[in-house]
Amino acid sequence: MPRDGHPLRQLLLSRIREFYREPEVLFWVYGFPILLAVGLGIAFREQPLENVFVDVERIGQSEAVLSALEADERFVVAACESEDCRRRLRTGKTSIVVVASESGALSVEYLFDPSRPESVLARRTVDEAVQKANGREDVVSAVDVAFDEPGARYIDFLIPGLIGMNLMGGGLWGVGFVIVDMRIRKLLKRFIATPMRKSDFMIAVVLARMLFLIPEIVIVIAFARFAFGVTIHGSFFALATVVALGALAFSGVGLLVASRAQKLETVSGLMNLVMLPMWLLSGIFFSYERFPEVVVPWIRALPLTATNDALRAVMSDGSALGAVGGEMAVLAGYTVVTFVLAMRWFRWT
Amino acid sequence: MQSAIWCQDLRKTYAAKPPVEALVGIDLSVSRGECFGLLGPNGAGKTTTIEILEGLLEATSGEVEILGMSWAASPSAIKNRIGISLQETKLAEKLSVRETLTLFRSFYTKGMSADEAIALVSLEEKAESWVGKLSGGQKQRLAVATALVGDPDLLFLDEPTTGLDPQSRRQLWDIIRQLRQRGRTVLLTTHYMDEAERLCDRIAVVDHGKIIALGSPRELIAGLGGEHVIEFSLDGESPDATFAALPGVRSVAHEGPTIRLTVSETHVTLKALLSELSKADIELTSLTTRHASLEDVFVSLTGRHLRDDSGDDADAP
Repeated sequence: MPRDGHPLRQLLLSRIREFYREPEVLFWVYGFPILLAVGLGIAFREQPLENVFVDVERIGQSEAVLSALEADERFVVAACESEDCRRRLRTGKTSIVVVASESGALSVEYLFDPSRPESVLARRTVDEAVQKANGREDVVSAVDVAFDEPGARYIDFLIPGLIGMNLMGGGLWGVGFVIVDMRIRKLLKRFIATPMRKSDFMIAVVLARMLFLIPEIVIVIAFARFAFGVTIHGSFFALATVVALGALAFSGVGLLVASRAQKLETVSGLMNLVMLPMWLLSGIFFSYERFPEVVVPWIRALPLTATNDALRAVMSDGSALGAVGGEMAVLAGYTVVTFVLAMRWFRWT
Repeated sequence: MQSAIWCQDLRKTYAAKPPVEALVGIDLSVSRGECFGLLGPNGAGKTTTIEILEGLLEATSGEVEILGMSWAASPSAIKNRIGISLQETKLAEKLSVRETLTLFRSFYTKGMSADEAIALVSLEEKAESWVGKLSGGQKQRLAVATALVGDPDLLFLDEPTTGLDPQSRRQLWDIIRQLRQRGRTVLLTTHYMDEAERLCDRIAVVDHGKIIALGSPRELIAGLGGEHVIEFSLDGESPDATFAALPGVRSVAHEGPTIRLTVSETHVTLKALLSELSKADIELTSLTTRHASLEDVFVSLTGRHLRDDSGDDADAP
């Protein structure tokens, strides 16, 4: 540790004091990610019996269909008139409309929206129930096994994504906002009028950000562990390395975004411009593999994608650092390029 | 002995349409141990000048030497020996006074302890307080303390008392006087003429980006030709010629209903004035006499008051 009067030590201490003496900041940095994890954890908790919403048009032999469906508690069945059924399907109140034949041998018509996953699912489960009730036999015996072992559930996918998102948000806000605020207050100008070394200042801001990160990550991981049983399969060393490199890369992006901005509005706009595409594309809440194949390499080149992929590999798959070399290289590249550009463009006054 | 501050033909032009000429040739030489004031109205170019001297702003042309060094050749050597208080710095609100000064002290290779700096500006009782809790005057004293903590040979104070109450201003004046007694060189800007008059050994009066008068307060006032001012207003009109001819009158100025005479000896002129008015049967509606001030110098040089509210708000574009 540098000696007591060392400027780097003093700058770092100042950043830490300003941080923990600001209760609102503490909430947004440490409280908000947990609220998010709780909210999403509840929204996506395992639901063994997914309800299927079915409308049966009151026509012909609808009674036969209704009795077949009401036997299964998964179905939420409503009988309604033709026009009513269609409106309910259109507005998403029901997933499928069943129209039974007027008379003779029972035949059914399914109205559903093939572009809606729950509609497609409903068509299959409804058909299965109707067929079975009317005597269809399975030719191959099948047993259902729920696959929800830790590491493979949605929450296991989500937590690394949330950590990545926090690294991005914290790096950009924690570095970018702080610097623009100091520029507006003319504190940067005051500092540059002293013999302070510019690199000491930059290192202190980034280092402080890395320190604030430790409790942030620990809280999210501990919460995920106790509330959802999310475990880390890889080594803590690998996880810490990925987190540190991700934080560095986003601190660099934060520095770059803040290097010239003179107003908080400007820097907020720039940060949203940088973050929004990554929120959408980088696989926080769902896998980016669903995007068209041509864009996937571009998505992989984003720093948040690299962070999330590396975090998931380490946390869920138990990969060693060697297995995430590509992602680490992407993050190291962002770190170097953004720091160099930020230093070149940085405005102190 | 070399000057503490020396500059020649400083010019600063801001690119705009049309270009804004903030400085149009400033020459200065400030000796060591001197307290030197840049006096002028808002927008005159005081802050532009001081920031170029502080190395915070690049001049369009001209030469600067600080303590015999140039900014291009030895920036960190200069920074280690000067102390600066900017016109407006909002120091971190959540740091205490002592923490703030310890931080600033760490930037300098030599200097005093944070507590010594606190004592110099009499903030001992507030040493543990957060900056955000200080009054305007206390914040300004802290700003001066951040300039002192590196124990500088040369201090730049930009508008150190602007916006402060009279008591806080007097406290700051005491601090600046003490510094001068300790042999420090001080360059300050102000638009308060009383401040410049009380604190400064020499003053440069700045207007429209150039120096229009230079000298000690006494010299500048003596330059008016008379050291006293008689101001009066009349119930009715009266020609100038009558007053200019009175004994001891150096100049006559009108400002609204007020007539201002600059005179060498008040008692001589006053006696003549009163007898002249009673002869002409004109009533006085007001009469005051006072010592001439730098304000009178500025008015006689520019025809305007220093603190003209119609002037620009900002000192620099």
